[in-house]
Amino acid sequence: MATVKPRTLYDKIWDSHVVVEASGTPSILYIDLHLIHEVTTPQAFTGLRKRGIGVRRPGRTVATADHVTPTISRNVADAGPMAVQQIGQLETNCKEFGIRLYGMGHERRGIVHVIGPALGLTQPGLTIVCGDSHTSTHGAFGALAFGIGTTEVEHVLATQCLLEHKSLNFGVDFDGNLRPGVTAKDMILKLISEIGVAGGTGHVFEFMGTGIDALDMDGRMTICNMSIEAGARAGLIAPDDTTYGYMSGRDFAPSGADWDAAMERWSALHSDPDANYDRTVTIDTGSLQPMISFGTNPAMCAEIGTRVPDPEGISDPAERAQMVAALKYMGLTPGERLLDQQVDVVFIGSCTNSRITDLRAAASIFRDRKVRDGVRALIVPGSQQIRAQAESEGLHKVFTDAGAQWRESGCSMCIGMNGDRLDPGQRSVSTSNRNFEGRQGQNGRTMLASPLTAAAAAITGKVSDPRTLLEN
Amino acid sequence: MKKFEILVSPASCLDRDDIDTDQIIPARFLRTTERTGLGKNLFEDWRFDGSGNPKPDFVLNRPGTADAHVLIGGRNFGCGSSREHAVWSLMDFGVWVVIARSFADIFKKNSLRNGLLPIPVDAANHAACLEAAEAGARFRIDLQAQTVTAAGVSFGFDVDPFARTCLLDGVDDLEYILKHDDRIAEFEKQHS
Ligand code: SF4
Repeated sequence: MATVKPRTLYDKIWDSHVVVEASGTPSILYIDLHLIHEVTTPQAFTGLRKRGIGVRRPGRTVATADHVTPTISRNVADAGPMAVQQIGQLETNCKEFGIRLYGMGHERRGIVHVIGPALGLTQPGLTIVCGDSHTSTHGAFGALAFGIGTTEVEHVLATQCLLEHKSLNFGVDFDGNLRPGVTAKDMILKLISEIGVAGGTGHVFEFMGTGIDALDMDGRMTICNMSIEAGARAGLIAPDDTTYGYMSGRDFAPSGADWDAAMERWSALHSDPDANYDRTVTIDTGSLQPMISFGTNPAMCAEIGTRVPDPEGISDPAERAQMVAALKYMGLTPGERLLDQQVDVVFIGSCTNSRITDLRAAASIFRDRKVRDGVRALIVPGSQQIRAQAESEGLHKVFTDAGAQWRESGCSMCIGMNGDRLDPGQRSVSTSNRNFEGRQGQNGRTMLASPLTAAAAAITGKVSDPRTLLEN
Repeated sequence: MKKFEILVSPASCLDRDDIDTDQIIPARFLRTTERTGLGKNLFEDWRFDGSGNPKPDFVLNRPGTADAHVLIGGRNFGCGSSREHAVWSLMDFGVWVVIARSFADIFKKNSLRNGLLPIPVDAANHAACLEAAEAGARFRIDLQAQTVTAAGVSFGFDVDPFARTCLLDGVDDLEYILKHDDRIAEFEKQHS
C-alpha cells in the first residue's frame, strides 16, 4: 500500500485548490473569497472594461471602503476630493459588476481585514486574497490568505483564479504562556526582530505551540497580520475550539446542519504529525517582554527596557549603514534608553490592533487617568461594528474622559491617506504594523508597540513599560 | 504588455537594503484611479525636500538619470505594501530592470506582471554591477539568453520560465488563465 506523504496545513489547503498543475508553469489556484477596497482596485475594473469581460463570480468578491475614509465624520468629503473620487468609483464598480459593498454609512463597514472575520466570511480552509499585503490576517482562521497586486485583482475578478507558485513551509513554535502586560503584538515583533524583514521570504508561516493555543482570535489575527512584515507570503494557524467559538453565529458563518458539515471538514485542517517544514524556529513565549520598535522597519525593535543599539557593533557594512540612517531618521542616539523617549502622538488602531480586545486592553490603562498634556491620542476602531460594541461597553467614555479622540473606523494613521497623519518630526507610539519612513506622514517617526504600551505612552507622554500602570 | 527582449542602458545605483514600497511611492500618491503618471512621485521623499526642491545628492537627481533604465538596489527590494503603484511609478519613470541582491515576493510578482524585469544577483556580481554603473557603463540585459553584461560584468540570471515566456512574447498571464476556462468550470462543480 502506498503511504500517504504527511502534509502541512498549508499543503492541504493548497492541494484542495489547485485547478491546473503543469510542469514549468505556476499552478492555477482557485480563490474562494476576494476582498477589495478603494485604493488598489480601480485600475483592475478599468482593465476588465477594456477587455470587455465581466466578473466571473461576483458573489465571491466583497468590498469595503477603509483606506481613505475620514475618521472625524462619516462624510467622505472630509477626506478630500480624491477620496470622494476613489470611493465614488468603488461604488460605481460594485454596482456595475454586482459586488456586495460595505460602503460609507454601512454599519458593518470597516478595515477590510477586520470585517472579513467579523462577518464570518473568513473561514477555515478557504483561499482568500485581497489587494493588500495584510491579507495574511485571515490566516488566523486556518485560511490560506495573501496579498496581491492590482493586476492579480483583475485576474481574480475575471477568472476567480490566480497563477501561483507554491511557497515553502515555515513552522513557528511559540512555546509557553505570556506574562501579564505582554501581548500577541510583542510575540510577532519578537519573531520579526529574530528572523528579519526578509526572514520569511518565499515561505508560508504556520504558527503553533502553547503560546498560540492560549490566544484569543483577536490576538491570533494580530500575529498572522504581521507575517508579511517578515516577508512571508502568508501566516496560518490551525482552527480549534477558540476559532469555532469566535465564528459561530456570525452573519455569514454556516449554521445548523451546514455548520456540522463544515465542522467535519474543518477538523481535518491541521498539519499531520510528521509533516515536513522547510524551516522552523521556536520562540520562548514565557520570557517575552513588551517590545517596541526604534528603527524604520519592523525588525528594528527590542525589549522596551533596553537601549538604542550601537551601529558600531554591526559587522555587515550595509546593515550598519542602514542602522545609522534609521537612527538618524528616528532622532535616536545609540546607547540611550528606549524608555522615557518623548512621544507626541499615540495611535491605537489599524488591522493589526483595532479589535475589541485591543480596545479593552487600551481602556484598562486609560481608565481614570488623563492623556499627558501635549500628547495627541487617537483611538480608531477597526470597524463600525467594533465601534458600536465598544460604545455599548462604555469604552469610548473611558477614552474621551481621558482626553483621547474617539474616531470613526478606518485605516487612518496607519497609512495616513485620509488626513490623519503625523507632522514632520513628530514621534508616535503606534499599534499599526509599519514604521517605514514617512508611513504615518512625511518625516514622521513611528514606534510600533502593543495597545497596552501605546496607551501607557499616551498617559505618561513618553515610552513607558505598561506593566507599571497595570493593576496588580 | 510590451515585449521585453534586449535592453542596453546605463544604470543608477540605489544600494540600500529593504527599500520598501512606501519609499518607492508614498501612500499619499495612491489617491489615483489611474496606472499612469506616477513616475514624477517615484521616491518622492528621497528625491525632494519638504518644499519640493530636488535633493542634489540623491542618485536619481543626477544628470543623465533619465537615460538609465536599469536600477541597482540592495537586499529585499520592494518589501512592504502590495501596492502595484510601486512598479507603475518605476516604469513610468523609465526603470525597466531592477538588479538587486533579492526581492520581496509580491514586488517580484507585480514586476513580472507589468513587464519590469527583476534580476537577482549574488554579492560578487552585485559589487561588480555597482562599480560598472558608477563608471557610467552601459548594461546589456538579454532576457532570451538570461545574461547581464557590462564593462567588467558578465553573469547569467534566474527568472521564472513562465514569466520569461510571457515577457518575451509580450502576452499577459490572464490570457493563459482564461484559456483554462473549462477546467475552472469543472473545478467549481465539485468545489463547495
Ligand atoms: S490598517 Fe493599515 S495595514 Fe491595515 S489594511 Fe489599512 S492601511 Fe493596510
